[in-house]
Amino acid sequence: MCGIVGLHLKTPELHPRLGELLAAMLDCMSSRGPDSAGVALYREPSDGRLRLSLRGDGRDWDALSRDLAADLGAAVEVENFGDAATLAAPGEPGRVLAALERMAPDIALVGHGRAMEVVKDVGPPRDICAHYRVGERAGYQGIGHTRMATESAVTTEHSHPFAPRADMSLVHNGSFSNPATVRRRLEREGIHCVTDNDTEVAARFVAHQVDSGADLSDALRMVLKELDGFFTLLVTTETQFAVMRDSFACKPAVIAETDDYVAVASEYHALADLPGVADATVFEPVPEEVYTWTR
Amino acid sequence: MDQVTLNCAELTTREVNAALAALPDGSRARILEPWGRHNLAVGLVNRITVEIEGNAGYFIGGLGDGPDVVVDGFVGWSAGENLMSGTVRVRGNASECTGASAHGGAVIVEGDASSRAGISLKGGTVLVGGDVGHMSGFMAQAGVMLVGGDAGHALGDSLYETVIYVAGSIASLGSDARAEDLTDDDVLTVKQLAALAGFDHIDPENVTRVASARQLYNFDALKDQRY
Repeated sequence: MCGIVGLHLKTPELHPRLGELLAAMLDCMSSRGPDSAGVALYREPSDGRLRLSLRGDGRDWDALSRDLAADLGAAVEVENFGDAATLAAPGEPGRVLAALERMAPDIALVGHGRAMEVVKDVGPPRDICAHYRVGERAGYQGIGHTRMATESAVTTEHSHPFAPRADMSLVHNGSFSNPATVRRRLEREGIHCVTDNDTEVAARFVAHQVDSGADLSDALRMVLKELDGFFTLLVTTETQFAVMRDSFACKPAVIAETDDYVAVASEYHALADLPGVADATVFEPVPEEVYTWTR
Repeated sequence: MDQVTLNCAELTTREVNAALAALPDGSRARILEPWGRHNLAVGLVNRITVEIEGNAGYFIGGLGDGPDVVVDGFVGWSAGENLMSGTVRVRGNASECTGASAHGGAVIVEGDASSRAGISLKGGTVLVGGDVGHMSGFMAQAGVMLVGGDAGHALGDSLYETVIYVAGSIASLGSDARAEDLTDDDVLTVKQLAALAGFDHIDPENVTRVASARQLYNFDALKDQRY
């Protein structure tokens, strides 16, 4: 099955509660799959730093941040989660990423961007959100996923969200039937997948469309043309929040919108604790329609 | 008459359903704070009235054989799934697969129903005051559907012997479904169904009858076929 959740906050008053609200929604969706989980959270990129969501077993993150700071000639902040960490580094993204690749080619870059931070791990959402202190985090939007693996291994790398380009993340409920074909096409274009996961193919496909000049809505419509399968997709960028379901709408999705937020979940009861949801406009996204909200 | 109140904030789904199942015929039960809870009032065989006060989740009133379940809110997937007798009434909108595989009884949605309403219907009645989504009536075998609003794409795809009446527009018909002439019997049937549901916005003489063209199946138990 898998469960997905998303929250796009319109009103700044709710920003301090982003993590708390999203973690509760994700926990509620544990019944749809407790194998692994993850979230992508967005906060105001006011300090101009590039946030690097990293993963590497047994890594000394403090040492890495010191090395990176020395190379960049500026302080690098680190938030240490054990086998994962978030580093915030100033400077031009290309230079920061090149320095990271040079110093630590073995670690996994789970996501990066000026606004976005990604955490994911194996285990139930409640444990993961507690470990990564998701409930304490503020921000303006976030998406989350809890997985019941059906087509590839249960590992952190195979879990969602997938973050294929700066400040873009994607979660997926469903399965694609032609990811191998699309993966080969992407490889011919120089786009490489890290895992054999079907959703990673879709994420890199969407990112490739956007890199080639498509806006997010068009990129999602290209998914309908090129990728075959069942899906409810939730995709976020620094400024946008988008939802789309496949032609048959085989996978569930409910949207609740108020003046204060847009919330999406696989099932309504994940939305039931949101403030003011009783007065929200609640609807199901129809098949093949791309729904976007822009801040 | 017994009247009980059950609060989902205090009880598990099993506790709610066990309490409902233990009620004598003629009882009334109110279910409070459902907040999208799945599987409420399923598998009941007593003739009771259950009022769910709020939005509920999947399979509400499913497998019922007797009770009348009313939801004062909206519901998730498969309300009244596999209903045998009795009614499930939803005062708001319903998500996908409303009345799936219902053998008897009536599932009534006063608002809209989403995709695949009445899928695989096996003799039950599905009455929707508003619109239904795509692929409604898919492979429906027996029973009847009434749609007070518009129907989405591929209505009645691969229909067997269910008849679907639509008061509004039909985006498209599915494979082997066709619009047929309305008979006096159809008008009477629609009048009775609308009265049963309490829909006063449907003109029984102005609906479209959709039934199987019977080109896709050869299904005759009397001919001693092996299936």
